[in-house]
Amino acid sequence: MAQSNDVSADGAKYPAVHYMNADAGIKSWFLTLDHKRIALMYLVLTTLAFIVGGLFAMALRIEHLTPDRTIMGANTYNRMFTLHGVVMIFLFMIPAVPGVFGNFLLPLMLGAKDVAFPRLNLLSVYVYAAGAALALYGMASGGADAGWTFYVPYSLSTPAALAPVLFGIFILGFSSILTGLNFIVTVHTLRAPGMTWMKMPLFVWAIYATSIIQVLATPVIGLTAVLVGIERIFGFGFFDPSRGGDPVMFQHMFWFYSHPAVYIMVLPTMGVISELVTGTARKNMFGYKAIALSSLGIAFVGFFAWGHHMFVSGQSALDAGSFAFISMLVGVFTAIKVFNWVGTMYRGSIAIRTPLIYICGFLFFIVFGGMTGIALATVSLDIHWHDTYFVVAHFHFIMVGAVIMGWLGAIHFWFPKMFGRMYHEGWGMVSAAFIVLGFNATFIPQFLLGNAGQPRRYYMYDERYWALNVASTAGSTLLAFGVLMILIYLGYALKNGAIAGDNPWDLAGLEWKTTSPPPKENFETPPTAEEDPYTYQKKGETVEHVVI
Amino acid sequence: MSSSKAEPAGGHGHGHALPWYQAHHFDSMEVQNHAVRLGMWLFLGTEVLLFAGLFLGYTVYRWLYHQSFHEASRLLSLPLGTINTIILITSSFTVALGYHAIKVGKQKACVGYLAFTIACAGAFLVIKFFEYKHKFEVGELPGRFFTAYHDFSPLGAKGANLYYAIYFLATGLHAFHVIVGASILAWLMVRVHKGKYGPHHYVPVELGALYWHLVDLVWIFLFPLLYLI
Repeated sequence: MAQSNDVSADGAKYPAVHYMNADAGIKSWFLTLDHKRIALMYLVLTTLAFIVGGLFAMALRIEHLTPDRTIMGANTYNRMFTLHGVVMIFLFMIPAVPGVFGNFLLPLMLGAKDVAFPRLNLLSVYVYAAGAALALYGMASGGADAGWTFYVPYSLSTPAALAPVLFGIFILGFSSILTGLNFIVTVHTLRAPGMTWMKMPLFVWAIYATSIIQVLATPVIGLTAVLVGIERIFGFGFFDPSRGGDPVMFQHMFWFYSHPAVYIMVLPTMGVISELVTGTARKNMFGYKAIALSSLGIAFVGFFAWGHHMFVSGQSALDAGSFAFISMLVGVFTAIKVFNWVGTMYRGSIAIRTPLIYICGFLFFIVFGGMTGIALATVSLDIHWHDTYFVVAHFHFIMVGAVIMGWLGAIHFWFPKMFGRMYHEGWGMVSAAFIVLGFNATFIPQFLLGNAGQPRRYYMYDERYWALNVASTAGSTLLAFGVLMILIYLGYALKNGAIAGDNPWDLAGLEWKTTSPPPKENFETPPTAEEDPYTYQKKGETVEHVVI
Repeated sequence: MSSSKAEPAGGHGHGHALPWYQAHHFDSMEVQNHAVRLGMWLFLGTEVLLFAGLFLGYTVYRWLYHQSFHEASRLLSLPLGTINTIILITSSFTVALGYHAIKVGKQKACVGYLAFTIACAGAFLVIKFFEYKHKFEVGELPGRFFTAYHDFSPLGAKGANLYYAIYFLATGLHAFHVIVGASILAWLMVRVHKGKYGPHHYVPVELGALYWHLVDLVWIFLFPLLYLI
C-alpha cells in the first residue's frame, strides 16, 4: 500500500508502517496472530456469507412474486429457505460483529497489544472456515430442507443430506466458543492501567456479555446437532418418537441455545450503537452504568426465555406463563438501553453523518421489533401468530435489522480507523437510507401478511396475499441495492478515500489515540485510562463546555 | 495455551528480554497465569454444558421409562464399573501429586506421577472396552440395534433401548475425553522430561491436571447414575 501522498490537505497523516504492511507475504496473513488482521479475515468471510445468504433471500422473494411456482420447485424452495437461515444465522450474524469488530476493537479499546490467546484466535477463524465449508458442502451435495431449526422428527426422516450441515454447525460452535472464551479472558486480564470495569467502553461490556452467552450456550447446540446427526446415521432413538424418544426434548435443547443465540447476535450491535450514539452526539454517555449492566441483564434473562418458542408444543399453562413473563423482562432491559441512548442524544451536538442514519434505523427496528416481541410473548397472541409471517417479520426486525444496522454502522464508524481512509459521506447516507427504507418495505408487509394468516415456509400462498408479497419483494430489492452501493464505494475508498488521520471524529476512546491504521503493536506507547471513555463534558456542565 | 509463543519479545517498553514462556502482550507472568487459568476454567465450564444435554436426556427418560432404566442398570457390570471408578479417582490423586512435584521442582517425580496417571487412563479404557464388547455380544445396544428384549420384564423392555443410547453416548463421549486428557498429559510428560517446566513455570501442568480432574468428575456423576441407581 504505497501512497504517493501520505498527508491530506488538513494535515491528517497516513502512517508509513501499519498493521497491514508491517509483515509482507501471503503467509504473514494466513498465519497471523495479529487480532486486527484476524478481524479483516472475518470481515471478508462474513461479508461473503452475508452476500450468499442475501442472494438466497432474494431468490425466495422472487419466488413469492406469484402465488404459485415462479422460478423454483417446492423442494428447491425448502432448501433455499434452509440455506438462507443457516448461512445468515451461523455464518453471518453470530460471528459478524464479534468476529470483525470484537477482534479489531476489543484490544484497542482496552489499550492492550492483542487478545489474551492470539493463537486460539487464529484457530477460531480456521475452525469457522472449516465449519462453513462442511455446512455448505452438505447444502450443495444434498440440500438440507428442514429449516434452520432442524425440528425432529422431520429432520430424522427427510432424505436430504442433513448430517454434514449438522456437523458443520457443531464445528462452527467451537469457533464461537473459542472467540467468546478469548474475549472474556482478554477483558479480565488485559485492561490498560487505570481502566476499571466501570470505565470500560460500552462496546466492551456488550461483547463481554455476548461472550458469556457464547461460552455457556453453544456447547448445548453442539451436542444437540451431533445427537441429531447420530440419530440420522445410527438410529439411536434419542429424539425419535417411534423408538420411545422425546421430540419435544429436542426443542428444549435446541432453544436453550438458539434463544440466547438471538442475544449473541443482538448484544454486540447494541454495544456498537452505544459507541455510535455517544460518538455521533459527542456527549457523555447518559446512564453508562444502566447500559453496561443491562447487557449482563439481557444475557442472564435470555437464558430463561427459551420456552416462548414452544407455546404450541404442549407446554403447561404454568410453564408458558413463566416463560412469557421472563421473555417480557428482556424488553425491560432493552428499553433501559433505548431510553439511555435517546437521553444521550438529547441536546448533543449531533453530526449528520452516515452512522446517525444507522442509529435511527436501529432504534426504529429495536423498538418495533421489541414491541412485537412483547406481543408475541403473550401466549394467546402467540398462538394466533405462531408460524406465520408475523413471526418472520418480528425476528427479522429485531435480529436482522439490529445486526445489519449495527454491522454496517460499525463498518462506517470505524472504517477510518481500520483502513486509515474516509468513505464518501454522501454515498454513505444515500445507501443507508436505501437500506433502512428497503428493510421496512420488505418486512412491514410481512407483519401484515402474518396477521392476515399467511404461514411461514409455505411454498404457495393464497391469492389474497399477493399484493403484499409483491410489496415485500420490491422492498427487498431496495435493500439489496443499498448493500451493493456500499460494496462499491467502500471498495473504492479502501485505496482512494481521503486520508482519515488518527481521530477523524474527535473522540475520546482509546482506539482513537493511536494511528489510523494502527501499528502492529496497536500503540506506540502503552496507554493508560485515567478518564472514562466518553469524557466530552465536565460533570455538571452543559453541552457547550466541551472538553475535547 | 499462549505460554510458548515462539516470537521474541518485540514489544515497546520492555528493557529486558522476556522468558520464553511469557507472551509479549502480557505485562507479567502473574497476569499471564491468571489469564490461562481463567481460560481453562471457562473451557471446563463449556465441557460441563456439553455433557449437560445428556444428563437432561437421562433425567427425562428415567422419569418416562423408570422401570426400564432400573432393570437396564442392573445389567451393567458393577464390579468393572467400581474398579474403573477407583482407577480414575486414583489417577486424579496422582495427577495432583505430579502437579505438586513440578511446583517444588521434582521433575523426575512429576514424570513418574504423570506416567502412572496415563497408565490409569489406559487401564480404564481397556476395562471399558471389555464392558462394551459384552454389550455388543448380548445386544444391549442403543435404538434400532437393541435386541436384548428377553433380559427384561415386559414393562422394562419399553425404553431400554434409550437407556443404552444414553449409556453409550455418555460413556462414549467420556471415553473420548479420557483419550484427549491422556494425550494432553503425555504431551506434558514429554515436556517435563525435557526440562521445560519447573517451579518458575508450572501452570501448563496445572491446566492439564485440571482437565484430568474434569474427566474424573464427569465419571463420578456417570457412575452412580448409570450403574448404581
